Amino acid sequence: MFTPHTETEVAEMLQVIGLSRLEDLFKLVPESCRYPKLDLPQGLTEMETRLELQFLSESNETAHDQACFLGAGAYNHYSPAAVDAIIRRGEFLTAYTPYQPEISQGTLQAIFEYQSLIALLTGMEVCNASHYDGATAIAEAAVMAYHTFRGKRSKIVISPALHPQYRETIKTYLQGYAGLSIVGDESDVDLHQHPSEMKSLIDDDTSLVIVQYPDFFGRVFELKEIIEATHAVGALIAVSVNPLSLGLLSPPGEMGADIVTGEGQSLGLPLSFGGPYLGIFATKKEYIHKVAGRLVGETVDKDGKRAYVLTLTAREQHIRRERATSNICTNQGLMALASTVYLSLLGRSGLKQVASLSYHKAHFAFDRISRISGYEVWSTAPFFNEFVIKCPKPVEDINFHLMDHGIIGGYDLGKTYPALEGHMLLACTEMTTRQEIDGLVNILTEVTHA
Amino acid sequence: MNIPKELKYEKTDEWVSVKDKMATVGISDYAQEQLSDIVYVDITLSAGDKVNKGTVIATIESVKAAADVNMPIGGTVVEVNSALSDTPELVNTDPYGAAWMVKVEMDDPQDVKSLMDSAAYEKYCADRTH
Amino acid sequence: MREPTIFELSSNGRTGVIFPEADVPLAELPEKMLRRDLPLPEISEIDVVRHFTHLSHLNYSIDENIYPLGSCTMKYNPRINEETARMPGFIFSHPMQAIETVQGNLVLMYQLQEWLKAISGFHAITLQPAAGAHGEFTGVLIIRAYHRDRNDLKRTKILIPDSAHGTNPASSSMIGMEVLTVPSDARGNVDLAALKKSCDETTAGLMLTNPNTLGLFDENIQQVIDIVHQAGGLVYGDGANLNALMGIIRPADMGIDLMHFNLHKTFSTPHGGGGPGSGPVGVSEALVDFLPEPVVGVIEEAEEDLPPLYGFIKPAKTIGRMKSFQGHFGVLVRAFTYIMMHGAAGLRNASEMAVLNANYLLARLRNTYKVPYDRICMHEFVAEGRWPDAEGIHALDIAKRLIDYNLHPPTNYFPLIVPEALMIEPTETESKQSLDAFVDIMIKIAGEAHSSPELLKNAPHHAPVKRLDEVKAARDLTLCCGRTE
Repeated sequence: MFTPHTETEVAEMLQVIGLSRLEDLFKLVPESCRYPKLDLPQGLTEMETRLELQFLSESNETAHDQACFLGAGAYNHYSPAAVDAIIRRGEFLTAYTPYQPEISQGTLQAIFEYQSLIALLTGMEVCNASHYDGATAIAEAAVMAYHTFRGKRSKIVISPALHPQYRETIKTYLQGYAGLSIVGDESDVDLHQHPSEMKSLIDDDTSLVIVQYPDFFGRVFELKEIIEATHAVGALIAVSVNPLSLGLLSPPGEMGADIVTGEGQSLGLPLSFGGPYLGIFATKKEYIHKVAGRLVGETVDKDGKRAYVLTLTAREQHIRRERATSNICTNQGLMALASTVYLSLLGRSGLKQVASLSYHKAHFAFDRISRISGYEVWSTAPFFNEFVIKCPKPVEDINFHLMDHGIIGGYDLGKTYPALEGHMLLACTEMTTRQEIDGLVNILTEVTHA
Repeated sequence: MNIPKELKYEKTDEWVSVKDKMATVGISDYAQEQLSDIVYVDITLSAGDKVNKGTVIATIESVKAAADVNMPIGGTVVEVNSALSDTPELVNTDPYGAAWMVKVEMDDPQDVKSLMDSAAYEKYCADRTH
Repeated sequence: MREPTIFELSSNGRTGVIFPEADVPLAELPEKMLRRDLPLPEISEIDVVRHFTHLSHLNYSIDENIYPLGSCTMKYNPRINEETARMPGFIFSHPMQAIETVQGNLVLMYQLQEWLKAISGFHAITLQPAAGAHGEFTGVLIIRAYHRDRNDLKRTKILIPDSAHGTNPASSSMIGMEVLTVPSDARGNVDLAALKKSCDETTAGLMLTNPNTLGLFDENIQQVIDIVHQAGGLVYGDGANLNALMGIIRPADMGIDLMHFNLHKTFSTPHGGGGPGSGPVGVSEALVDFLPEPVVGVIEEAEEDLPPLYGFIKPAKTIGRMKSFQGHFGVLVRAFTYIMMHGAAGLRNASEMAVLNANYLLARLRNTYKVPYDRICMHEFVAEGRWPDAEGIHALDIAKRLIDYNLHPPTNYFPLIVPEALMIEPTETESKQSLDAFVDIMIKIAGEAHSSPELLKNAPHHAPVKRLDEVKAARDLTLCCGRTE
């Protein structure tokens, strides 16, 4: 499959090499385990393979033909057709990392534009070429803060309203750093707290404070106070964002955040069962030498023509090896391109419109659900496109009921927050219709009587 | 290649200039040439820090390499050259002058005796280029 | 003509997409929290499409020609992969959906785990790591957790051969392991004497790339692994070079304890100009409990009429979670498609042809370019880009001159142990004609290096841009374009 040689050509090539059989190429492979029998099904043609995959695909029930109120870090937004058309172009799709800039200007300029758009969106000065996803981007922020203080500050303060899987990822990443403590997200912390209440945990041994905006429960809090308190002890603050919300909301950069990370999936990437997504990482220029990952810079060629190139590469693993602070190599290049095309298409008015539509639909749904008897509002704080509702029945039971009616229900918060047993996190996007919200409200009402 | 006679040199290509108990440290012309165009100097110490022989005092990045600068002697840091963070190219243009990195009050001025003099360092560099 | 930036194309008041008006009453906006302005570019759809199409024309890609980038396995990326990965049932599935509604995804992931086990001989697989380096990081975390679980706390050193990728030492130091470099011997193998000397009760493990980055199968592979095992360490396999071994040998059968796969190399998923990748990790039986969560498994066994129910399992002593959700599912679908089409015979054929192609190039080039470790190679080999009688010519000059002939250069200046290295990996999908054309140009350039060296030193002459001022890029750091206001 995909190997073009004829038998005659193979024989000719072996002759040039000076061997008589293909097996002669593998004599160094220990004989006792050479040529194992692999337990795999017989290879199929493209036509048969497509049918097999189609069968698996069609056995899922998804947002393709169901109303989706599930968010929790991944959202069912609309991606204009041109986004996928561009990233399918072989010139982008089948190129390697742009290490040869003379023949990679397409990828390089696109990443440069990505860096520019994200810096603008987040209100930051600089942005790297991407991390794997929102979770690994915030974990790299923690690593960066640790090294910025040369390991001398041993505390990281995390908001309990940071995505549970991001908090887990940070803890995985940092388990080799002896003496480091991560505080703030213990299970007994009051989840209603305003981020400014984390102030009491911050001291001059703190390297980084991490908050989410809008937070995992959808709430939008003013961050000025916590940012000032963090800076007062010389620590850094990182804000994990849903970048799409910044079409409407004031960006953390304007409030003084040192690092803004985020999950870029909402910027034109499909849900695709969790990946590949896009890890956004933006910061202030003064920290640029501490940033992990690739950076594209503008320069000129020998004739003085404007051009782009990977720059400050001596930070990276291929040069610094064990002295590098991150091992990242492959990143999310194609996903960064997709979000660049998406932001270019939507532009100044489009992104604001999508963010506003998501906001209004979520507020309409919130208003309707909160009026169903038995369902209670959990928080009165402002929110973006996601909100928490206390349900009269176990969330799992309600979701099974919704499933029967072609609705993908919200996230069961009790799974990760024991204190929020029976609470559901629901999200809307511009794709949510009034009819779908009506349908949801009907079923939720019906469930209380069941 | 410029190897001033009055300085002492470490195997990892740092130079030391000594006046009484005060020592000034930087990297040699040979080192800056090996690194090529230097784009970033990060001095990882501040005044008052105690340093030993071998302590990493700075990291230097060029367009193609990264290198640590090691302390050739022990002592207490008196001053660091903050100008290098904005003008790292000084290390290429004036490695023995404007691109000094730290000034240290030595614990034991006898420490410099273990370092190479200019003749020994010149031979040491020549051996590595062939 | 230089292509304007997306900001330079902007005209106030344009947009590339229109969304429907709200079908719900408008809620009050939190005025204090709103951003004042967002000056994103304003461009029509056709101009956005043209802009990125123009940019695409400035790229070299596999679709254009041979891409012999050593260590990167730039094989053909089958178009069917792009079709299957975009099937609606896959692409519209939310990562937090109830498992009962996404059995298609879970069957695919479970099956892919089983197939990777079959190919590698390992006992269990995690599909979560996002890329090769992420898989390495996962692997070293597992090694650390294994020793700590046995209360063997003094094992804090990772041994890494001097020919290894930079990600190996970087992954190790990210979790506080001390890195010891092991030299190579004169034949390009791990130096056994040096390895023995480095191994003791503080050895956590060895990170081994085999075939190594010289493209050579270690002649003493069994001894290398035995030495580390006898010292109580684990052997991590860097799967970057698995493309030489499918159906030839299973890494676990050599005694390797754990290894990552690069689905974007070996299993044909596209590199996308730098990602996304996918770096599943396979482990031996002793390490199964340490895998990151979640792993896909059977939650309820099959009954008479019902298939089994697949779901997510948290391993007993898990190192934790490596990222959000459950891996780069879209990449997994592509790799699954590739393996399904190949079967055992097809995969073995791919590896055999990859090795044949590399040896054919080696045979045709060795009289023109010095090959420092000249013996039968696997899927790649390393030549020197210099000649004693062509002073001033460097590997870089050869690389840039190849661009003039519309060929992508090999990896250069890696591995570090070969001066002026040119690392050449043709992959199995290149035809004999394509290989011959590459060889002819390589020989022609060697001639030019001697007869008209300036042609090389000033190359490329026929590319969208000439050589770039990398010093300016770093010193006058500009990472964002000017904005429209």
